[in-house]
Amino acid sequence: MATIATSRTGEIGTATAPRRRGIPRALASYIQALPLTLILGFFFVLPILTIIVVSFWDYDFAGLYPDFLTMNYTDTLGSWVTWKTYLNTLKFTVLVWALTLAIGFWVAYFLAFHVRTTTMQMVLFLVCTVPFLTSNIIRMISWIPVLGRNGLVNSTLLELGLIPQPIEWLLYSDFAVVLAMVHLNTLFMVTPIFNTLMRIDRSLIEAARDCGASGGQILWNVILPLAKPGIAIGSIFVVTLVMADFSTVQVMSGGQSASVALMMKNQMSLLQYPAAAANAVVLLIVVLLMVAAILRVVDIRKEL
Amino acid sequence: MNHEKRGKGFYLLAAFFTLFVLFLYGPLSAVLILSFQGPDGGLTFPLNGVSVHWFYNLFEKQAVGDFGASFRRSFTLGLMVMVVNVVVALLAGLAFRRRFRGGTALFYLTVASLVVPSIIISLGIGVVFQQFGLKPAWYSSGFGAHLTWTLPFGVLIMFAVFNRFSPAYEEAARDLGATSWQTFRHVLLPMIAPSLIGVGLFGFTLSYDEFARTLMTSGSYNTLPLEIYGMTTNVTTPVLYALGTVTTLFSFTIILVALAVILMLRRRQAKLS
Repeated sequence: MATIATSRTGEIGTATAPRRRGIPRALASYIQALPLTLILGFFFVLPILTIIVVSFWDYDFAGLYPDFLTMNYTDTLGSWVTWKTYLNTLKFTVLVWALTLAIGFWVAYFLAFHVRTTTMQMVLFLVCTVPFLTSNIIRMISWIPVLGRNGLVNSTLLELGLIPQPIEWLLYSDFAVVLAMVHLNTLFMVTPIFNTLMRIDRSLIEAARDCGASGGQILWNVILPLAKPGIAIGSIFVVTLVMADFSTVQVMSGGQSASVALMMKNQMSLLQYPAAAANAVVLLIVVLLMVAAILRVVDIRKEL
Repeated sequence: MNHEKRGKGFYLLAAFFTLFVLFLYGPLSAVLILSFQGPDGGLTFPLNGVSVHWFYNLFEKQAVGDFGASFRRSFTLGLMVMVVNVVVALLAGLAFRRRFRGGTALFYLTVASLVVPSIIISLGIGVVFQQFGLKPAWYSSGFGAHLTWTLPFGVLIMFAVFNRFSPAYEEAARDLGATSWQTFRHVLLPMIAPSLIGVGLFGFTLSYDEFARTLMTSGSYNTLPLEIYGMTTNVTTPVLYALGTVTTLFSFTIILVALAVILMLRRRQAKLS
């Protein structure tokens, strides 16, 4: 809140400052915002609108034909496969969200409250962040030598005599998909939660302790409510990334599991663009509804 | 809080954190080790001798498609995205310092660009190019697709930076008679330089590794991540790991260089003030 207050006064300050020659201030904002508007307009708004339009078009193997058909939607929504795929995607989303939240919160909590020097905090935070900036596919592939039939886990367990034969479901299974998704996306939870935890006024915690609150009570009644914005932002990242995922599902399940985006990708490779577009519109609505639900908890513009 | 003895909670959480770091880096190090697999070795442990055979293999064209060319494309694209990301995000950040009509809408549009599934944007741009009769290519449609992913990060970082930026410095400069360009060049720019490098780093690395948005928009020439994605289904030798090691080390180098520059700038600023 403090940052908002200063920026408000800042606005007033600049507005009343004597004007110098040059571009009027109001116009300057528009010119500065123009490149972003143009790029998003052409590469984001226009494509989404096109998808909505094309989802009503007719098509065959030769091309697309402008039309107004609801066939693409009735085909998609009328198919049992679509519903099953959505359920499967939702299952991944819920599992990955719960796991990344649990892991991400405790990692952020450790960094924010148990690491004592700022330098150490930054170093450990960077240790967590660096893998996020490397290739997702490489990080997926890296599970193969660990989880495979002759992988590290299986050979270790065999050697210890804990299992009579290799466990088959470690790789190319739903388990592998969820594991890889948690591996790829936990950082999206850690960063925003760490950010909000760092901004909690430490005197609030001391006050709670002085009033006789136990560690658990402080966590539940003081820290957790204040960490809500971070949790919400992290959740938006994780939910939207998992809902849109096709590569992790394809690589880690070895083609045995499905997701909505993977279904779309297959339609795209068969050049069934209107069908894929109808799927895209449905997926977009579902994802935006989920984001809207999460945003009811927090105003992100205030949290930056 | 800072002077208490470490409790049981600390050790528990420290152990948890260590496990988390192992979880993050363990598989990556397995790839690193296995890329030095002997010529007869397979995709899993144990190591069948130690060699750099697979790294040589990587640079032979017939083995893995044209790795060198796709790397050059990804590198160039990353640089393009980086430059545009820094400039556009900085300008947008400056714009958002003042209220303007449509500002809130533009802000939410930027956030939306981040949450809309990548594959939908990929499909959309692909269809737009097709309908306009344009040829998709990594430097046109792919470039735009990457910007829809990197720009929101850049703009949000700049937004956060300017939220915490006191206008007092600029007011002081103005009171001392600086023109708005001088204020920007000599006061504002040096102060936010480390954040701009961060924005650039995000732009480059996110673009360098991006592939869901490149899928439909790269045209006939693959970027590196697309090449690797294709390899996951048809390459069954450790050359895959050699490629993983090379690209990961490359990413690490970029990150370390960027961090070093940020640290240097911070230190110089600290000295000046």
